Parts: sequence; structure tokens; C-alpha cells
Amino acid sequence: MIATPERPFRRPLHPAHAFLLAATVTLFLGALLSDLAYAMSHQVQWTNFASWLIAAGLLFGGLVLVFALLGLRHADRRGGRHLVYGLIVLAAWALGFINALMHAKDVWAVMPEGLILSAIVFLLACVAAWMGFSTLRTGDLP
Amino acid sequence: MKRLTLWAIAGLSVLLAACGNDANLPQDGPASIGPKPVLPGQQRGLLPSMTIASPAQWGDQRPTVPRGYAIAAIATDLRIPRQSLVLPNGDILVAEGKGGGTPKLTPKDVIAGYIKAKGNSSVKSGDRLTLLRDGNNDGIYENRSVFAENLNAPYGLALIGNQLYVANQDALVRFDYIDGQTRATGVPVKVTDLPSQINHHWTKSLTASADGRFLYVGIGSNSNITERGMIAEVGRAMVWQVDAQTGAHKPYATGLRNPTALAIQPVTGQLWAVVNERDELGPEVPPDYLTSVREGGFYGWPYSYWGQNVDPRVRPQNPQKVATAIAPDYALGSHVAALGVAFSTPAMGGEFADGVFVGEHGSWNRDKPVGYKVVFVPFRDGRPAGPPIDFVSGFRGTDGKTRGRPVGVSVDPRGALIVADDLSNTLWRVTPAR
Repeated sequence: MIATPERPFRRPLHPAHAFLLAATVTLFLGALLSDLAYAMSHQVQWTNFASWLIAAGLLFGGLVLVFALLGLRHADRRGGRHLVYGLIVLAAWALGFINALMHAKDVWAVMPEGLILSAIVFLLACVAAWMGFSTLRTGDLP
Repeated sequence: MKRLTLWAIAGLSVLLAACGNDANLPQDGPASIGPKPVLPGQQRGLLPSMTIASPAQWGDQRPTVPRGYAIAAIATDLRIPRQSLVLPNGDILVAEGKGGGTPKLTPKDVIAGYIKAKGNSSVKSGDRLTLLRDGNNDGIYENRSVFAENLNAPYGLALIGNQLYVANQDALVRFDYIDGQTRATGVPVKVTDLPSQINHHWTKSLTASADGRFLYVGIGSNSNITERGMIAEVGRAMVWQVDAQTGAHKPYATGLRNPTALAIQPVTGQLWAVVNERDELGPEVPPDYLTSVREGGFYGWPYSYWGQNVDPRVRPQNPQKVATAIAPDYALGSHVAALGVAFSTPAMGGEFADGVFVGEHGSWNRDKPVGYKVVFVPFRDGRPAGPPIDFVSGFRGTDGKTRGRPVGVSVDPRGALIVADDLSNTLWRVTPAR
């Protein structure tokens, strides 16, 4: 069987979009790991690391959000996946922003909400990356 | 989709707006001020409550003083005047400068530093002592000279005999001084180094014991609440006792977050301090305070405030230390930022004869600004007695603009209060009208 032109989502992610999406996952993972290290060690430097990683995640994630919004141009023609992808990126960014404010609290005041938010944001970033790299590219997935 | 995004943004905005708001809380009443303040629960939204001073020029306006008193600017265009000292011959020394410059550790430091700088003077640090003289006792200080320069953010000043002590942000130094001198001779001699790594709270307050044997140096914490790590707090948040002759020193009292001004009580010789407490626990907690300083006493920071009220942000906690924490003598109100203290003298007249003057720089970590004035705490039998009385106010106008921010206060025994104002870079003098 050959690939048919009428299949949706044939175009791969723009390289910049792919790069930013992958980086966002890594940055939010770093934030989560830093939070875990702080929770276990009480060494305040870890929460400083988490603050910067979240800030960088928001910067990169914000650009992913721009790509996701641009992708919505195709949403009407190609079903709801672009919309779902966009919403997940938006949710990750919005919760990430709240998490940044949470991490602006001093020392242990970050806990436990900061750690929980970091985990949720990381999971949302993972889901977004999974959709971005599979569904949007090939359209093979459900 | 567009609509959905808009709703999400609107929802987020409402959520954020709701988080930084303490408008519904009781504002500062007498309950949070005095010897036994009522301490409401801790509270901090997603955004800290902030109101930053919006500076304006004095123009023809002047600070407000009680009926029967007069105020005059005796020096303007200073370079960040912070503390003053009235010398035996009536000359006034002013320490000018600004220290700190701590590294920015988090995105919050970058943003908060930018916001808070808007409420301060942009004049460059003077790093000098200016001497003012009123040669003919007409209340006009017509002679002005630079007594010493190239100091490192000088703050605390004290005179013992013919030795003038200056607390720079990194060292306690000493000049020779003879009556009538207008310029220091030579470079100062170092008495002792002071803790200065990072120097989050850089001001080093200073006073001399009544017998002149010791100096007391107030050393602030290296953070709001240990966010620069516990190791950075070694040797911080305490008052040192320094031997004036040898420079030998020991911690005299600890757990004082930022003891920004010290004074010796007349007659008793007791050491008193005003201390700035921690931020971001709520608009009404914990109070900044005025207290007698007990030798060997622990006053709570960082583990607790106002005695045994535990600060949950500190890890690891230390219940043993909390159990020993002393409650201070007198709450001045949360976030008023007391930066000056001086005992009054009978020459100040009437109801202001017995007590202390406290310079309050004014709040930032609060929706409704407080402080921005000099208050008088009346004393009876050597203890604070009664609510504080506004002595110099109007630094923050009814138009919401801030024209000045009081810092150090000192009392001229001939009957005058000297107030340093580091926003308008002015030295004010308040006298009973004659």
C-alpha cells in the first residue's frame, strides 16, 4: 500500500517547532528533578535551579504555543487533533506560569504545591511532545 | 478555539488578581502595635502583595510635625543619607551611601530588584561622611564639608572620647576626632572586619556603650528567610559586642533578623534596637519591633518570630531554638521598616520628653502602605508605655506620591531631632518652636 495524498497531517513538524517542543520537555523534567532534590535534601540551591528551568521552559514552551496556534489554521480541515494539541500546550504553559509564581515563594513555601505542579506540567509537556511527534506528523494514531 | 483561549486567559487573570489581594483584611489597627500585638495568621497569595512608593519632589511642601514644633531642611542634595550623629560641639555628621549589590539568584530577584528600585532614590552612593555646622546657633547649618570620603557604604556612627567609629558595610573603622574638626586627618584605622559576604542586608548599625568600653554592631541576615542557604547565615542576624580598644568581638544577641539601628538608654545604659522582620508571611505578620537587647538572648530568626511563632518556610526546622526564643518588647507594625532609633531628651519638650523616636522607611510588601514617618514611642519607668505618636509624617502625601523616606534619627541634646531622608536626599531638623 502506498501513502495517499488525502491522508491528514502528512507534513512533519517544522524543525524549529520540533526543537522547541523537545527542549520544553527536558527543561520541565529538569525542574521536576530539581524540586525532588530540594524536597529530599532541603538544599536551597535546588529550588533556585528549578526556578530558572521553569523560566526557560516557559520561554521555549511559549514559542511552541505560537507554533501550536499557527497550526490551528488547519484545525477545521483536519479534525480536532491540532485543537487538542494546542489546548494541551496551552495548559502546560499556563500551569507552568503558575508554577513559576509558586517557585517565587521563598524556600520551603514552594512545597508541596511547586513539586506537584512541576510533575503535572512535565506530564502535560510529555503528552504534547508525544502528540506533536506522532499524531501531527503521520496522522496514523487514533 | 479563539473564544476558548480568551476564556482561559480571562480565567487565569482573575485567578492571579485574586491571589495577590489583601484588601479584605483588617488594616493596621492598634491590635498589631504595642507590647502584646495580636498576630493574625500567615497568608501569602500566588503573588506577594506589593505597593511600591511612587516618588515625587517636595516642592513647597514639608513634612508634617506636631503643633508647637517646626521642621527645616538643613542639608539637601546629599548622596543617600542614612544615619547621623550629633557631635559634642553641635556639629552633625551624616553617613551617606548605599551598599549591597548582591548576586541575583532567581528570576524573582531580577524582577523584584527592578520593581523595588522604582521606590528608591537613583542618586549614586556617597560613600562619605558630611559634616554640617551651625556656627551662630540660628538653626541654619551654613557650613558644610566632607569629613571623610572613599568609605565603603558607611552607616553606623559612634563617638567615644576622641575616637569616631564608623561601621562600613565590611569593616568597623576609627578616625581620630578632636572637637571642632571639619575634616578627618588621614585614612581610618580598621578596628575589625565585619561579615560582608553576599551582604543581602548590608547596613551595619552601631552604638557605643555608656562607659565607652564597648561598641555594639548590628549585622543583618543574608536573606529574607534563608533563601541564600543556611551557610550564608553564619555570623549574621545578630548584634556583636566589640571591644573598642582591641577589636575583639563576640555575638551579644542573636536571631535578630535585621537590627537596623541601635541606641543606649540614658541612665540605665541598656542597649535597645529596632529590628526589621521577615517578608512574605502576610500584610500583618510579623511585626517589626523595638526591643531592649538581652545579652545572650535569641530572638527567633529564622526559625520563629515574636517568640515561638514558627516560620514554616525554614528547613530544617529547629524546635529547640524556637523554645528559647524571646518575644521582643514592642511591636511597631508589620513592614513599617524601622531604620532609625534615638532616645529623646527633656529638651524635646512636653509629651516627647521621655521615649524613643523611630524612623520608619515605609513598606513595600503590603497593599496598603504603612510607615513612611517618624513615630515617637513614649516611655514610662524606662519601658515603652502607650501607643506610638506620629512625630514627623506627610512623607507619603494624600496624592499617593512619596516625597521622602525617613531613615536614621538622632537627638541633639539642645532640643532637636535630626532625620535623614534617603529618597529626597535631605537632612531634616525638627525643633520645639521657641
